[in-house]
Amino acid sequence: MCLAIPARIVEIDGDNGVVDMGGVRKEISLSLVEDVAIDDYVIVHVGYALSKLDPEEAAKTLALFAEIGEMSPAAP
Amino acid sequence: MKYVDEFRDGELARNLAASIASEAHSDRTYSFMEFCGGHTHAISRYGVSDLLPANVRMIHGPGCPVCVLPIGRVDMAIELALEHGAILCTYADTVRIPASDNLSLLKAKARGADIRMIYSAADALALAQQHPDKQVVFFAIGFETTTPPTAVVIKQAQALGLKNFSVLCCHVLTPSAIANILESPEVRQYGTVPLDGFIGPAHVSTVIGSRPYEFFAEEYRKPVVIAGFEPLDVMQAILMLVRQVNQGRCEVENEFARAVSRDGNLKAQNLVAEVFELRREFEWRGLGLVPYSALRIREGFAEFDAEKRFPLGYRTVADNKACECGAILRGVKRPWDCKLFGTVCTPETPMGSCMVSSEGACAAHYTYGRFKDIAVVSA
Amino acid sequence: MSEVRKGYVRALDIKHGRVDMSHGSGGRAMAQLIEELFARAFDNDYLRQGNDGALLPAAGAGKLVMATDSHVVSPLFFPGGDIGCLSVHGTINDVAVMGAKPLYLSAGFILEEGFPLSDLQRIVQSMADAAREAGVPIVTGDTKVVEQGKGDGVFITTTGVGVVPEGVELSGDRARPGDRILVSGNLGDHGMAIMAQRESLGFTSTIVSDTAALHGLIAAVLATGADIRVLRDPTRGGLATTLNEIAKQSRVGMMLQEPAIPVHPEVAAACEFLGLDPLYVANEGKLVLIVAEPDVARVLAALRAHPLGRNAAMVGSVHEDPQHFVQMTTGFGGRRIVDWLSGEQLPRIC
Repeated sequence: MCLAIPARIVEIDGDNGVVDMGGVRKEISLSLVEDVAIDDYVIVHVGYALSKLDPEEAAKTLALFAEIGEMSPAAP
Repeated sequence: MKYVDEFRDGELARNLAASIASEAHSDRTYSFMEFCGGHTHAISRYGVSDLLPANVRMIHGPGCPVCVLPIGRVDMAIELALEHGAILCTYADTVRIPASDNLSLLKAKARGADIRMIYSAADALALAQQHPDKQVVFFAIGFETTTPPTAVVIKQAQALGLKNFSVLCCHVLTPSAIANILESPEVRQYGTVPLDGFIGPAHVSTVIGSRPYEFFAEEYRKPVVIAGFEPLDVMQAILMLVRQVNQGRCEVENEFARAVSRDGNLKAQNLVAEVFELRREFEWRGLGLVPYSALRIREGFAEFDAEKRFPLGYRTVADNKACECGAILRGVKRPWDCKLFGTVCTPETPMGSCMVSSEGACAAHYTYGRFKDIAVVSA
Repeated sequence: MSEVRKGYVRALDIKHGRVDMSHGSGGRAMAQLIEELFARAFDNDYLRQGNDGALLPAAGAGKLVMATDSHVVSPLFFPGGDIGCLSVHGTINDVAVMGAKPLYLSAGFILEEGFPLSDLQRIVQSMADAAREAGVPIVTGDTKVVEQGKGDGVFITTTGVGVVPEGVELSGDRARPGDRILVSGNLGDHGMAIMAQRESLGFTSTIVSDTAALHGLIAAVLATGADIRVLRDPTRGGLATTLNEIAKQSRVGMMLQEPAIPVHPEVAAACEFLGLDPLYVANEGKLVLIVAEPDVARVLAALRAHPLGRNAAMVGSVHEDPQHFVQMTTGFGGRRIVDWLSGEQLPRIC
């Protein structure tokens, strides 16, 4: 697979940036993404941001999980 | 951690499990392949299969670049370091892969090879700048996710005019491997591929988008659900696949919409297209020669191609005859069907691709799931 | 005849000086290094005897425990400690987990030619402080120098001696089905503090090594009179490796509860991004305890009352299992094996 995790951008300096992952900070490259801003979440792989994370889509997916919970017949 | 912890919630998992159990028809089985090692890892690490009904079966696919890397390519990397005196930079994932002559990158290091474990492609470039008197070679492995960073450093090396940096390119392509699983001639030997659908890659898809899978859904009539690598993502994707199967649909659905679009990351795709081109064929450990399944460095960047800079030959190295990895990767057999599994083939001494990395089907089963075949007495 | 003038010896130039081959030659330079650097820092009655070995009082009742540990760590200085205090804590802990009161330490140094004396002094002072704080004197030592390129700055081997009081019996083969598994605090701090310093991984965090001498904590636990079967400090290989060792020695299985296992959030985050599992990451100031079930509450209370055991938790139980598997119920609701580590734990990209 490709180990990658979502991290929040806290600094931007041209093609480089610093991300925060649960309190851990790491310098990464932003050269593969466009239009990123401070506080955006990006998916980081081998020190490169690969894509921007869409908070609305994430919220929709989580809402879907919750909905299934409500509908679920046999949930203990 | 935001966008991680929410997707590991045990309570939501039980709800999803209940939905899967109630919607999966009890009079049939569902066999889904998770192509990616990332999904295999999530399934093993969180015990996802414990939450699935017995008639929903997950087949672990070949989506781990370490597992499918043929021994011959590791031999080339070792040769570069031992014979050509290069500093060989590699992601740590590859260093334990057993190669020819009882070597591995780690063992070659013990014999004096200068092997450096790096975390990022950029580190390899930095090493080349620090050691202008040495040849520095980056052993570039990985799927579409890991390829764009390699493209970035090759372009940077060109811009810097570096004369001592090159790349041993072993980047491979996901769609061609999926096609191979669905249609290779070996499939006849194993019988029909018993696959009802695919969980599509998470991070590979952030780069290539969901569009490339549309072909499989249409051409092979197999549903595909692209899913994130967190365990709830996997459960949700399984539920979506069960629904597609029940409704007779064969579509590409995107559970990982928070990071994957239909088009993917065009900037990364363009960069990769500028630096790399298709190889006519490439050997995959466990799958054999797969046409148009890998990338090589374009002529315009030839000076950064280790295969052109150094006199290197590629030699195929066969796996043990009794190894069942080919059948396991295609979902026809399971790890415990292999005579070698857990006997001569263990994570310490892997004989085939599925045991090489912790994400291989056999290693995952050995590490996380073995107890399921063995009666455990609980106090 | 004129009186022989007492030779003037220029003091070691700690600020700018470096270790050279003469510091290991047995001559004046070595004597001076020992005198001005080691003896001054470690000073105690036994060391002051100045002989080849230290003459120590007989131990009296109980059994002697002796343990030795060689320390090679890169980088030598890391958040929360350095190779010096680590080499004192590590050996004290090896003695203490046997149930012993640690009494004396020895220290052997292998120095690399060219190593800055200022760094050596920092390390030696850190050892001296750690030994003094622990109340365990360094009573004898040795120094060798190797040529440049043949060492990694400094290697330190420490040996410790202690006495187990009558009636205390701890051993890795005493875990029994029904026993409970306790840990004294957050796991993986040391390994991750070191990892954060590695050049190519370089991340910043507030993670500090947990390096600490555990004999005080162990004494507090033993004083409860609880039925403690096994004590271990989960260093290299982490909790997972330690539990697998105990399971094998005691011929039992174990079941851990993932949500109960204490891990600092930043250690968990760093593990996520490096592809590591905190259960396999090293600790240098943590205790694993296998305790008879009825005594769990008072052992936990004793642990939590001590500054080194504030985050102590019960993390699992011992079962019958002919396979001696260590398993875990995940927070997600599944089950998995927590296997022996294969090879060294390395950061993954895939």
